[in-house]
Amino acid sequence: MMEKMIFGRYIPVDSPLHKMDPRAKLLTIIIFIAVVFLADNTLTYGLLAIFTLAAIWLSNIPIKFLFNGLKFLFWIILFTFFLHIFFTKEGDLLYKFGFIEIYQGGLRQGIFISLRFFFLLLVTSLLTLTTTPIEITDGIESLLKPLKKVGFPVHELSLMISIALRFIPTLMDETDKIMKAQMARGVDFSEGTIKQRAKAVVPLLIPLFINAFKRAEELATAMEARGYRGGEGRTKYRLLKWGMIDNIAILTLFILTILLLLLR
Amino acid sequence: MFLAKSVRLAFVFRGEMKSMAKEIVRFQDVTFKYDENASYALNGVNFSVYEGEWLAIVGHNGSGKSTIAKLMNGLIFPDSGSIYVNGKEISEETVWDVRDLVGMVFQNPDNQFVGTTVQDDVAFGLENHGIPREEMVKRVHDSLAKVKMDQFLNQEPHHLSGGQKQRVAIASVLALRPAIIILDEATSMLDPRGRSEVLGTVRELKNLNNLTIISITHDLEEAVKADRLIVMNRGTVYAEGTPADIFLMDEKLVELGLDIPFTQKLIKKFKENGYHIPDEILHEDKLVDYLCKLLQKI
Repeated sequence: MMEKMIFGRYIPVDSPLHKMDPRAKLLTIIIFIAVVFLADNTLTYGLLAIFTLAAIWLSNIPIKFLFNGLKFLFWIILFTFFLHIFFTKEGDLLYKFGFIEIYQGGLRQGIFISLRFFFLLLVTSLLTLTTTPIEITDGIESLLKPLKKVGFPVHELSLMISIALRFIPTLMDETDKIMKAQMARGVDFSEGTIKQRAKAVVPLLIPLFINAFKRAEELATAMEARGYRGGEGRTKYRLLKWGMIDNIAILTLFILTILLLLLR
Repeated sequence: MFLAKSVRLAFVFRGEMKSMAKEIVRFQDVTFKYDENASYALNGVNFSVYEGEWLAIVGHNGSGKSTIAKLMNGLIFPDSGSIYVNGKEISEETVWDVRDLVGMVFQNPDNQFVGTTVQDDVAFGLENHGIPREEMVKRVHDSLAKVKMDQFLNQEPHHLSGGQKQRVAIASVLALRPAIIILDEATSMLDPRGRSEVLGTVRELKNLNNLTIISITHDLEEAVKADRLIVMNRGTVYAEGTPADIFLMDEKLVELGLDIPFTQKLIKKFKENGYHIPDEILHEDKLVDYLCKLLQKI
């Protein structure tokens, strides 16, 4: 199941989108999320569709892969679609079967809202597909930097995220090991009522937490031994490079916004 | 334990070396307790470490050997007594200077890997010291090349073996250009291959950069190759000397909870059976050579 999930997965291929500065990608996506709600007619939705398809094309990620990964989300989209079809009663009546009445306005609304949802999903998953988690962290840190002035712990937050990311596979391995150890002692994780299963998780979580705390303490010691004394006076090894492609991306978004405002 | 003091061996350090080498670390009457009510982790510990030597500190669990490591790097401070590193006493004010001089490699390979990739991890210490980026890039590549991990720049930690992770840890320490490297049980979680990999790397680096190595271990096998040994027992220095001197203690080491290496056991058996084996033979390879020569004579 984990293999099929594409949310939060990074696909290491070469593409213009992969080369983009994570800050530009984050900004683009924030603006995109905002402007998606401006679209209200066929023309504006067409524009959004063109933008989304262009982004997918530029990412070099196989469309088939993208759609397969988002398959389970189609049900949610379908659900919103039917919700609008059945409950929006505007415009001409198109079809009537018993108590089911489908209106033109409902159909329109259903299609538009589902499309909106669909575009958002595609574009946001493109972010994680083309950007490594650590790049996203760097991007967030850099974008939040102004907040440092009001005392927001920007550096600490980004360090926390990066350490959390680094330890995910380690803790996954550990969970697996503990699970096997407990299974060897007769704990059954896969059978029984929900209550029984929830209970079976306890002997899994307790050793995991104890170990995680132990790791945290050792890690803190190791960090101190290597001279860590907070964000003050630290230099950065990973470099963010704002290039032409990022300017183009922001410009494109700008033009898209203006067009949407004019054509709506 | 009153017996301990009486069998304590005199410090026999080669005279010529002593006049040459500079004292780089000194423990003076150091006492430490982890908890008010706990017993002493260290009780009146005195010893010196000389520049460019490989010192092994051995002892059973809870003998205070790891406490020594933490004290040397200012991760904890002694209750009484003083510790001098390169002539400077460790205190709240000098602790950061001391940490620049003393690098540490810890036991668990996973719990000292801070970065998300190999190069990020080596860079972490450099970032902390505010080193400019161009210099950082150079040092990261240099130190990774020295431990032969430069092929793995962008590798994530969970794709590396324990030995590889420890080599990255060594590279991270090396990038900070310390004078002393402390290996705090750095090989105890590794398989034999990883262990020899890591120790071989450290040995090479020591000779190349004139580093002082302090290896803290309960593995006498590892300690055999050191220049000098300190045996810890219940928070005190039990014995101090060259590996040859220490292994003369034989059964006493077993009583202290240490396991005598196979080579030493073998040498003892040979001696018991009337074969003469010179005292300077401690290592497996040298013993093999000597035995072959003996065989030819017969």
